[in-house]
Amino acid sequence: MNLVDLREVSVAEVTSAVRRLCISANCNVPREAIAALERAVETEESPVGREILKQILENHRIAREEGVAACQDTGVAMVFVELGQDVHLTGGDLYEAINEGVRQGYKEGYLRKSLVADPLFKRVNTGDNTPAMIYIDIVPGDDLKITVAPKGGGAENMSALAMLTPAAGVEGVKSFVTEQVKKAGPNPCPPIVVGVGIGGTFDRVAVLAKRALLRPVGSRNPHPMYADLEKELLGEINKLGIGPQGFGGRTTALAVNIEFAPCHIACMPVAVNLNCHVGPHESAVI
Amino acid sequence: MAIEVATPLTDEVIAGLKAGDNVSITGVIYTARDAAHKRLVALIKEGQELPMDVRGQIIYYVGPTPAPPGRPIGSAGPTTSGRMDPYAPILMEQGLKAMIGKGSRSQPVKDAMVRYKAVYLAAIGGAGALLARSVKASELVAYEDLGPEAIRRLTVEGFPAVVVNDIYGNDLYEEGVRKYQVS
Repeated sequence: MNLVDLREVSVAEVTSAVRRLCISANCNVPREAIAALERAVETEESPVGREILKQILENHRIAREEGVAACQDTGVAMVFVELGQDVHLTGGDLYEAINEGVRQGYKEGYLRKSLVADPLFKRVNTGDNTPAMIYIDIVPGDDLKITVAPKGGGAENMSALAMLTPAAGVEGVKSFVTEQVKKAGPNPCPPIVVGVGIGGTFDRVAVLAKRALLRPVGSRNPHPMYADLEKELLGEINKLGIGPQGFGGRTTALAVNIEFAPCHIACMPVAVNLNCHVGPHESAVI
Repeated sequence: MAIEVATPLTDEVIAGLKAGDNVSITGVIYTARDAAHKRLVALIKEGQELPMDVRGQIIYYVGPTPAPPGRPIGSAGPTTSGRMDPYAPILMEQGLKAMIGKGSRSQPVKDAMVRYKAVYLAAIGGAGALLARSVKASELVAYEDLGPEAIRRLTVEGFPAVVVNDIYGNDLYEEGVRKYQVS
């Protein structure tokens, strides 16, 4: 390929997009999640649960209209980049440009700075919510797609990973996922979105579970067997009785999203990553 | 109807609260979460004075977002309470009367609530924009270096919460799930 075929993109544009997405994602709950919450108000059997769902919807309305964060935990900034291989980035370091966008967005948007530099000993706040957790995939084409998904700590702490063996089968996956949601109970701010990764390796499966949370609430995995498993798991989880905020009810989860990948003949890794009802994420294409 | 509760809390008020009751809090509440709890408990263990008198008080497990111009506070919903479990009984022993957060408490914390006559209240997790409306003023008390984890004195009016654990050993989370569980 000749150099002239490359599309030039300045990293300053990346900074600007990340800044805007950090603010917008934290204030604007995805409309698919809002729609699911509105349906849940109609179907929830618990009167207390219905009242909570209404207040959650009221919260999300205030956040959107007033441009304030829906939740005070504006999270660690997860940034997923799909970088077209025909894009030539100019003007600096892509990772630094993303972190600069996070720095600016969290300051200008009055978002909480929730990162400590040293996880164990000093735990001093970095003061600007950096570093972001950045994943970059090279894809065909000349687009650059950025998704910012702020991830709160409460739901993140309820994550789990298991190296199941092939013999565990579908039942093994189902019982592991359901058990995690049961154990999490009221902690991850139900109604939740359940991200499930199946396959890959120990490291890859966790990212699959996280990426599953980027799919809109109500979407299905394109593979029919995984789509059926999503439906089945959602049914099982909503029988647990946890309900909105864990006070009892039918609406424990709004969605179960599964992503899968090939894996070793000896393995069947499974990961569960939970999102609260806010479940923020937003994308832009440069 | 919500039960109106004013701070500081007396033993009589606490005794009247049952798991499942809605409460509406007016008065002063203190914010503290992980890092502040670690410091408070270290002070107690060293026999030193705390930056605020916890007797009869409420601690709200929250790390708010920065206040935009013209507002007393940013988004201010509860964080997961379980992380404060290792510290909570010591504070109740000092006279703390209520904690606001979200999520379950450990058995030792529930036992301490019965023993020291304190309650655990839940606010709606993820409703920080809505809950902030009940906060009328916010003032730094201690540990500014902790940023969002600093201790603040909040003046609240009609702050909504639900009693999860009362002094009689009841637990709203357990009861609620039992009612709607399909086995």
